[in-house]
Amino acid sequence: MNDNETQVSQPTVELLSALEGRFPGAAQPAEYEGVVVAPDQLVDVAIFLRDELGYDYLSLVTGVDYPEPTTQFPARFEAVYHMSRSEGGEPLTLHAHANRNDPVVPSVVNVWPSASVHERETWDLMGIRFEGHPDLRRILLWEGYEGHPLRKDWQEVYYEEDNKPFSSRHPEGRPVQAEARAPLGRNLRYPPGWSPKAWKPEAETKVYSPFDEHIGGNGRSMATDQIVVNFGPQHPSTHGVLRMVARLDGETIQQLEPVLGYLHRCHEKIGERNTWLANMPFTDRLDYVCSMSNNFGYAVAVEKLLGVEVPERAEYIRVIMAELTRILNHLVSIGFFTNDLGVYLTFMLYALEERELIIDLFEMASGSRMMCNYFRFGGVARDLPEGWLPVVKDLVYERLPRRLEEFERLLLDNEVFRARTIGVSVLPGDVAVAYGCTGPLLRASGVPYDIRRAEPYSIYDELDWDVAVAYNGDIYDRFVVRFEEIRQSLRILRQALERLPEGPILSGKVQPTAKVPAGEAYGRVESPKGELGFYLVSDGTANPYRYRIRAPSFANLGVLGELCRGHLVADVVAIMASIDITLGEVDR
Amino acid sequence: MYGMGILKTLSVTVGRFVTTYVDDLKWFFKGGFGKRYSPEALPVRQSPRGRGVFTVQYPNERLPLPENYRGFPFHVIDPETGKTRCTACGICTRACPPQCIWIVRATDPETGKAKREPEEFYIDVSICMSCGLCAEVCPFNAIKMNHDYEIATYGRDGGEFLWDLEHLSKSLAHHAAIHPTDYAEEKAEQERKAATKAKR
Repeated sequence: MNDNETQVSQPTVELLSALEGRFPGAAQPAEYEGVVVAPDQLVDVAIFLRDELGYDYLSLVTGVDYPEPTTQFPARFEAVYHMSRSEGGEPLTLHAHANRNDPVVPSVVNVWPSASVHERETWDLMGIRFEGHPDLRRILLWEGYEGHPLRKDWQEVYYEEDNKPFSSRHPEGRPVQAEARAPLGRNLRYPPGWSPKAWKPEAETKVYSPFDEHIGGNGRSMATDQIVVNFGPQHPSTHGVLRMVARLDGETIQQLEPVLGYLHRCHEKIGERNTWLANMPFTDRLDYVCSMSNNFGYAVAVEKLLGVEVPERAEYIRVIMAELTRILNHLVSIGFFTNDLGVYLTFMLYALEERELIIDLFEMASGSRMMCNYFRFGGVARDLPEGWLPVVKDLVYERLPRRLEEFERLLLDNEVFRARTIGVSVLPGDVAVAYGCTGPLLRASGVPYDIRRAEPYSIYDELDWDVAVAYNGDIYDRFVVRFEEIRQSLRILRQALERLPEGPILSGKVQPTAKVPAGEAYGRVESPKGELGFYLVSDGTANPYRYRIRAPSFANLGVLGELCRGHLVADVVAIMASIDITLGEVDR
Repeated sequence: MYGMGILKTLSVTVGRFVTTYVDDLKWFFKGGFGKRYSPEALPVRQSPRGRGVFTVQYPNERLPLPENYRGFPFHVIDPETGKTRCTACGICTRACPPQCIWIVRATDPETGKAKREPEEFYIDVSICMSCGLCAEVCPFNAIKMNHDYEIATYGRDGGEFLWDLEHLSKSLAHHAAIHPTDYAEEKAEQERKAATKAKR
């Protein structure tokens, strides 16, 4: 890394000179991307960035483990911050180094409230302590869990090797059926001398700890007026296994905390064992409603590292797929919302009919309805099959505009729908930005922030479309925005289908164990739910060194407590459905 | 006027209700007496032009699968040799995301050298994620994705899901039947190769 000076990018140089003027000696260029800030000045630098340089929107806080010293820096934990301006532009990367034996970094929660959930996750999975965080509990794993899984020296239960492909597969395969390694009913062993009956779980008491100061006896006593109520994790309206703990005064929510992790599978650890290509089908399983968008995000991020060009036809196919996914996701979201309001299945099935037609198209092109695995680095997996374009044109030109008009007639003027949604859970724009909300949730609060416009990727800057935005910030407006986005997606689709060029669909060849140049990249796309970001670090091998997902549902859940405060219990279901989350992506 | 929105909503649902029956009635006489999905009805009623409900009475009625459909992998048996096209090169084991493929490469008993064929080939379909990467990277067109989706068994701890080479083998005719376009391309490629060879 001796020629480091030449590699520093232009925005980093500008940032460094700006920081040098205010905080002499606090910042230096990072190994790959962005700047390294001295931990003791991190909060001051963060306030400076937010107030004077306009970086008001923090996307992601994460950690990277470097157990071995590099030429430039000693062995360390790194806390990595990605932030951008809510008026648009490229994100900025900030690093803070922490001692590997006792990693502590000051918390930036007071600068950007959105850091709260991300810092809790980083503490949980990486074990970096954020000094000054008001509520630094584990978020995805339970209290009492041993170790921090994303550290490089942590090994899972059925650990085989650090990296795939495993050597036991070829040429002398010794097959073991997965079932034999974890036999049904006999896969649980207690440590010697430990009995489940004598054990008092600490995890549950920690869940109620934010409510302690208001309620005696950990919320299980009726001594005060306020009581603590659990929603879920097995509740039909939570769209999966989400649990919410609420403190109620009568029927009014005083405080609400989501309890996450019931669907946690340590996706990121799996991702770091996998090869780069093998992660592509795993991204399908994040937000399983819109797998094409997840593929898109991952492909964009890896292509940043690889530096490959995507052929034009592939770009068009990608955009067509991504916009179909957006329509599909919003239809599902609106459909399930009416279901949660208590309209039951009528409208939901209307919406699912249209979704069914779209996923039929995905199946024709990619081979699977939901787990598409369609994108490759530098293109897409296969060309559009014969007979695909006539069907999609029928759908985009004829059927969907008619249906969209019908759905709006059905819902938006309906007095019952309006009574339940207008003026409920108003989210002001500045609060939405501070909490790192993205997607329709943010745009319904009057902030026209859309990554397709703010930091255009693929061919979005060549197409003619508008950012959907509404200004009241209530539930009703979130759905107005979704309907408008479907209309804009149709507009994009019409242009893309007309201009779809002939040509190759993939540059290069699909290579299973291809190496990726060392570096780091934060690639982000506007998934239907918000900003979907992939933060990748490569050490130049065939496996990602760090693979972190900025899931829009997860970040948007950080504001749930804020949205629910002061509203009725009956509205919680509606508020949650209006955020539009998928638990596969929240818990990862 | 208050209530107009609700009436508008009801007009949509009533319209849908009527359309469904009108559509059923139309096809009742038009395509195959009383059959929901006669050969003429299927491509229209299951497409964006469909007006009524999309319900299919599985397992009595089944929708045709698109050619690209990815079920679980299978081996294509070459009719000339009666053996799989696989040469035990191991590219699929390297591509497989859940690492559910095991290959035992055959060795020549006389010379002790490795042969270009598998002695055994296992796929654990209980962890296979049907991603299709093995079929995509196979340079010999030996692995293809099957269209069989009914693979439930009565047990799972007796190795029911660890499929061996015998279980995985399917005839070339099966491959040609479910992947017509793919097979035609394969043949064209073969002919092109044969032609260049003949030229030399």
